[in-house]
Amino acid sequence: MAKAAAKRSASAAASIERHPALAGGEVTTAGVRLAVLPPAERISLRAPEASITALTRALGVSLPKAPKTSAAKAGRTALWLGPDEWLVIDEAGGDPLADCAGVKGLHSAVGISHRNVAISVSGRQAADTINAGCPQDLSLAAFPVGAASRTVLGKVEIVLLRTQEDTFRVECWRSFSDYVLAFLTKAATDAA
Amino acid sequence: MLLIHCPYCEEERPELEFRHAGEAHIARPTDMAAMSDEDFEKFFFIRSNPKGVIYERWRHVHGCARFFNAVRDTVTDKFVMTYKAGEPQPKKLPGAGK
Ligand SMILES: [Zn+2]
Repeated sequence: MAKAAAKRSASAAASIERHPALAGGEVTTAGVRLAVLPPAERISLRAPEASITALTRALGVSLPKAPKTSAAKAGRTALWLGPDEWLVIDEAGGDPLADCAGVKGLHSAVGISHRNVAISVSGRQAADTINAGCPQDLSLAAFPVGAASRTVLGKVEIVLLRTQEDTFRVECWRSFSDYVLAFLTKAATDAA
Repeated sequence: MLLIHCPYCEEERPELEFRHAGEAHIARPTDMAAMSDEDFEKFFFIRSNPKGVIYERWRHVHGCARFFNAVRDTVTDKFVMTYKAGEPQPKKLPGAGK
């Protein structure tokens, strides 16, 4: 019996393939394009003021100190989530978790790459589409390019980043991604 | 929708991002085991529940996730002011005591 189990797991291992949630998902309406973004490396970073300089050096991107802001460099983005909390997203194939490992200063870095799914919302009506379920003011004055915030969309929590005037990155938890994409799809249809 | 000023985000944000977290400035006893049942009941269960101005803890749970304190009027539901956790209870309220 043990032998059969071993055989089964060996054959399972041979065929393991990662299927990211909603991979390739895409919706286009007259004013908006929704696209499920490729997997990325992500860490949830908590650190006191004293460690920020060392972490910035290790990560190669500065950790913003102002609320609702982000900083980006070479495919890596650090989003301010709270006074000592950042979400770091690496889309360039780097490993931010490993980069933090060498930092001696007090910090907590947790790998959450596959906890999140990112959906890009772009186009003329991108802000209207998100505002269908997000109560924040998304005008360019209140939420300029580079602005980032944890907030809500419908009944789930998201992290929102404005990457261009008409483009947002919506980060949600993987198990909510189906809901988020369905919600945005409906909203995009209504906005059009 | 109410807009609540988060002292950490330094701006007003929609109430959907916030959660109420009970009355503020209730000091946790240093030696709970030595308390009488009456004192424990006072600390644990009894709240001021005023009609009017109340000091409360709130949490910007779907924002910066921080707890802070707020002064709110229970009659009008108006937030008089908010301030960071750990800061002393404000004695003078804006717009009051004229
Ligand atoms: Zn906040």
